[in-house]
Amino acid sequence: MAEDAGPRLGRRLPDVFQGDIWHSFTRAPIVVLSAAFLVVAFLAAAFAPWVAPYDPFDLASLDIMNSVMAPGEKGLAGETFWLGTDDQGRDVLSTIIYGARISLVVGIASVLFSLVMGVGLGLVSGYVGGRLDAFIMRVADIQLSFPAILIALLIDGVARSLMPRDMHDELAFYVLIFAIGISGWVQYARTVRGSTMVERDKEYVQAARVIGMGSGRIIWRHVLPNVTGPVLVIATIHLAIAVITEATLSFLGVGIPPTTPSLGTLIRIGNDYLFSGEWWITMFPGVALVLLVLAINLLGDWLRDALNPKLR
Amino acid sequence: MIGFIAARLLQSIIVMLAVALIAFALFRFVGDPINNMVGQDTTLEERAELRERLGLDDPFPVQFARFAINAAQGEFGFSYQHRRPVSALITERFPATMELALVSAILAVAVGIPMGVYTALKRYGLLSRSFMTLSLIGISLPTFLIGILLILFFGVILRWLPTFGRGDVIAIGWWTSGLLTADGLRSLIMPAITLALFQMTLIMRLVRAEMLEVLRTDFVKFGRARGLPDSHVHFSIALKNTLVPVITITGLQLGSIIAFAIITESVFQWPGMGLMFIQAVAEVDIPVMAAYLVLIAFFFVVINLIVDLLYFAVDPRLRVDRAGGH
Amino acid sequence: MSLLDVRGLQVEFPSRRGHVVAVRDLTITVEPGEILGIVGESGAGKSTIGNAVVGLLEPPGRVSGGEIRLQGERIDNLPDALKRALRGRKIGMIFQDPLTSLDPLRTIERQLVDTIDYHLKLGEEAAVARAVGLLDAVGIPDPAVRIKQYPHQFSGGMRQRAVIALALCADPELVIADEPTTALDVSVQAQILDLMKGLCWDRQVGMILITHDMGVIAEMADRVAVMYRGRVVETGTTAQVLGAPAHDYTRSLISAVPRPDVKVPRFPRVTYIEDAAELPEDFDLSTHWLGQARNFGAGHAELVRLEDASMRFTTTRSMWKSRRRYLDAVDRVSFEIRNGEVFGLVGESGSGKSTVARMITGIYRPTGGRIRFGDTELTALQSRAAAAPYRRQMQMVFQDPFSSLNGRMRVRDIVAEPIHFHKLAPTRAEAARIVDQLLDVVGLGAQAAQRFPHEFSGGQRQRISIARALATRPRFLICDEPTSALDVSIQAQILNLLKDLQQELNLTMLFISHDLPVIRQMCDRVGVMRHGKLLEVAATDALFEKPKHAYTRHLLSLMPKLERIMQPKMAE
Repeated sequence: MAEDAGPRLGRRLPDVFQGDIWHSFTRAPIVVLSAAFLVVAFLAAAFAPWVAPYDPFDLASLDIMNSVMAPGEKGLAGETFWLGTDDQGRDVLSTIIYGARISLVVGIASVLFSLVMGVGLGLVSGYVGGRLDAFIMRVADIQLSFPAILIALLIDGVARSLMPRDMHDELAFYVLIFAIGISGWVQYARTVRGSTMVERDKEYVQAARVIGMGSGRIIWRHVLPNVTGPVLVIATIHLAIAVITEATLSFLGVGIPPTTPSLGTLIRIGNDYLFSGEWWITMFPGVALVLLVLAINLLGDWLRDALNPKLR
Repeated sequence: MIGFIAARLLQSIIVMLAVALIAFALFRFVGDPINNMVGQDTTLEERAELRERLGLDDPFPVQFARFAINAAQGEFGFSYQHRRPVSALITERFPATMELALVSAILAVAVGIPMGVYTALKRYGLLSRSFMTLSLIGISLPTFLIGILLILFFGVILRWLPTFGRGDVIAIGWWTSGLLTADGLRSLIMPAITLALFQMTLIMRLVRAEMLEVLRTDFVKFGRARGLPDSHVHFSIALKNTLVPVITITGLQLGSIIAFAIITESVFQWPGMGLMFIQAVAEVDIPVMAAYLVLIAFFFVVINLIVDLLYFAVDPRLRVDRAGGH
Repeated sequence: MSLLDVRGLQVEFPSRRGHVVAVRDLTITVEPGEILGIVGESGAGKSTIGNAVVGLLEPPGRVSGGEIRLQGERIDNLPDALKRALRGRKIGMIFQDPLTSLDPLRTIERQLVDTIDYHLKLGEEAAVARAVGLLDAVGIPDPAVRIKQYPHQFSGGMRQRAVIALALCADPELVIADEPTTALDVSVQAQILDLMKGLCWDRQVGMILITHDMGVIAEMADRVAVMYRGRVVETGTTAQVLGAPAHDYTRSLISAVPRPDVKVPRFPRVTYIEDAAELPEDFDLSTHWLGQARNFGAGHAELVRLEDASMRFTTTRSMWKSRRRYLDAVDRVSFEIRNGEVFGLVGESGSGKSTVARMITGIYRPTGGRIRFGDTELTALQSRAAAAPYRRQMQMVFQDPFSSLNGRMRVRDIVAEPIHFHKLAPTRAEAARIVDQLLDVVGLGAQAAQRFPHEFSGGQRQRISIARALATRPRFLICDEPTSALDVSIQAQILNLLKDLQQELNLTMLFISHDLPVIRQMCDRVGVMRHGKLLEVAATDALFEKPKHAYTRHLLSLMPKLERIMQPKMAE
């Protein structure tokens, strides 16, 4: 008789620390390191005004004389810019911390957007089946054949042409969340639909139907808790993709405007100075972006293996 | 089989019409097309005449039909920004994007698939593990950053390779090729690697995952239990069974290469359609956006059709009717 | 010198929680032309033996003691390349599931010829000729035509024949068959077993037959080794082991096998298995919650009646009517279930028996005919709310104990769910008290309520399932293959529990099974189904003694002839 080996998230906390997943976590130093890095990054981003050495958006504190300073140089007032300054005299380290904050908020918000939409549609599609399922999946197929970045670009393009420039700059943040969010739901929907179809035919769901329960309640109480494992993995990996997509759009000049720069915007600004040798303006935000995404990917990769009983 | 292909063709046509509808809606309802076409000093009469001439007062279905028929013939009107026919702009930039995309695609597939197979077969080998770690870094590097790093290193510091443009090109009819000159080839190296790297790592990881899945199946175990040599089990049995999902994935990835070319072209100022599109988005040049959209959709539809046909070549379960034996 | 000689074999699976010893001190021999049966319940280590002999233990498993000799040569310590050369050439293997054992993308011919070519180096033409000959030998009609086909064009039984042909490609001396017929229907099973027995004898091949099924052992094996928790507890000739078992475990295992010949009131109490628990001696219905059910017009002779009930599924959708394909899963079936009786439905897979159950409970809405429950025509009820009172009176116990409980919920919540849903208890505390009582009744004890399903064994989960079904105090209980996923000793306990409950609570039951002996032990009347049609309905004894329909006779003829061997000593 096959031992039930599905991921078991419904356990008490002490069990989790004795469980296989915790064990495999502690055995992978690189994963622990990634998790630690992410915790630090999230905290720094969340508390940016207290963590960052300077406020890069306080125009009064900026001095144009401090612009394009190399890493480690001292400014006019004797302060040290460990990662140098950009063209407007802003401390690169501080802009990175504020930039990461925006990148992460956009990333997390768009992941949540995709997740709610995708999981919802996937559950309905998988449980109800029939024509509704065929329709949703056809739309998903079609959308899937267009890369997310293109869809996000297009939505941004439409938004841009629908509203005046300054209004768009103001709303860019939300437009971006919508654009990245809507371009990512298909993965969730497909996976959840697949697991839902498996769960729907399982006997515990039939038992609930024999009791007389309605579909909505069965989906919410029984099916949803049993399809969350893969969703967690997708969400982690999707967060990395969302952060990259945001950075890419901002780099292309159609994302977050330079007034409140994200990491991608910072790289775009710095890119103009690359050829004249001021590499730090673009490289440090670049490194920060890669480290952030890499840490998320490492965690997601490990999580996928740890939750997959077949690989254990 | 014919029924299946007919259904797929029908679906493709529906997709194309849907995309055309979006493109048309963009063109027609985002801003006033007349305002975008004429200068400030055009009189009201002139505007009305232009409106009449373009048929903007006709009913919506008539306008859409006209748009679709024109689009099918490659006519998308005039670019607001460049004041030239969009078809001419596309013809000019099409070869640049195609050459870049094709070279990258070949690179990504030729390296990605063997690496995926290798890392699946030698799962615990040192080389496999380092490939896997490298690939994680690979998917964590945004395309534009790869481009910037390459430019900084090989362009700015070492000064080995050109950092922008296509270099010298040779015209063959309306097609311009950079593949036939040394300068053109040198210019292609960095953009092609930039574009290929991300897809390569993705393909590698997906092939590996599929292959591992197949290696766990009963028929692979039964193959081993019959004493068949590893090479036979791995390549004749396992790899062949991996092909079906790999074809799907690769097809989709090739599609996204054309889209990701937008980023690469932007980083390297590569004079292709992607660069044209991103400029059009920034400048709200609707006819160019519409044309690009329809063209890209056409590419994806064709790639998906080819993928479907390849299924029939690989999988007998689709080819033959479930006859006999029951 | 024996063909295979295994001495003191020990197989371990190291893990971070210590080494699991899957096989301990195993000593067996196989002679040419002999069939050695290895029988045991799940977790006994049967399959590990086969894998250890052919050198295909899943890592990190390893042979940690003893030796394996084939024709006198030691093979357990050979390098991998030499071990591989033995596989197929000297030792053939047959797996359980023929649907997944064959490569779906290559023709049967390609798979056979590649294997023949690799081992015998005959050249293409001779290899093809040999392949056709093999298919002929395993009883595939038209071998020269069928060989060009792909596995998906073969039926399940045919595929298993092809698998056997593949295992015999290079004339191995020894064949290891691991549950070769478990995934097949009884009628196909009988043919495949006949074939294997014939081939062994004709070719003088030794065979290790690994199975959980005493019936298969009785049919096939010359000698038997009984395994329990990694050890062989008893070996001997089949007649000896089945007729006069020496070990306690063997005895209790055999006594737990349902007898097809005569109905016994209860299965003998199996003492060797630990998690046994029976209905408490002091069970008093009058004080128990279960005894306080309201009385629903008990005057009726019949509780459930099906009139021409039909269920049609669309298998191929099409815009054109002529191209649509349907499956008539249940085709105009009529029968009635009397108050207080156990009605059995028997048939092979795909006969529609489970669909009947799902129609009665409302999981499927019949596409034709009527279903009555007491005075009410269920098929005429429009809304879920209107059906709710009747739903409450009928509950179901499912086949697979691993999927019939939601793994994310605690046992308490699982059992309490129907109580809450139908608002049968005024407070949560009251509901919890009822759950505790129910868990007591099914022999688990109230402490089980706190835990999650994965902490329980298959049999225990089935008890939880029964507790959940009883939670609405139903009058009508449907059991759909309730024990077919369980080991035989656990099956005996669950069947006993169901019998006790049926009698104590005066339940009406629909009992669905493919297993005729189980049906005989459980049911008062039986209906036989095939291809969606009900062929005959009769009282159980009448059906077994004087079957009317030809198909029923056919099914009965396929029943394992266990009693032939067991009879003399078991009747003591």
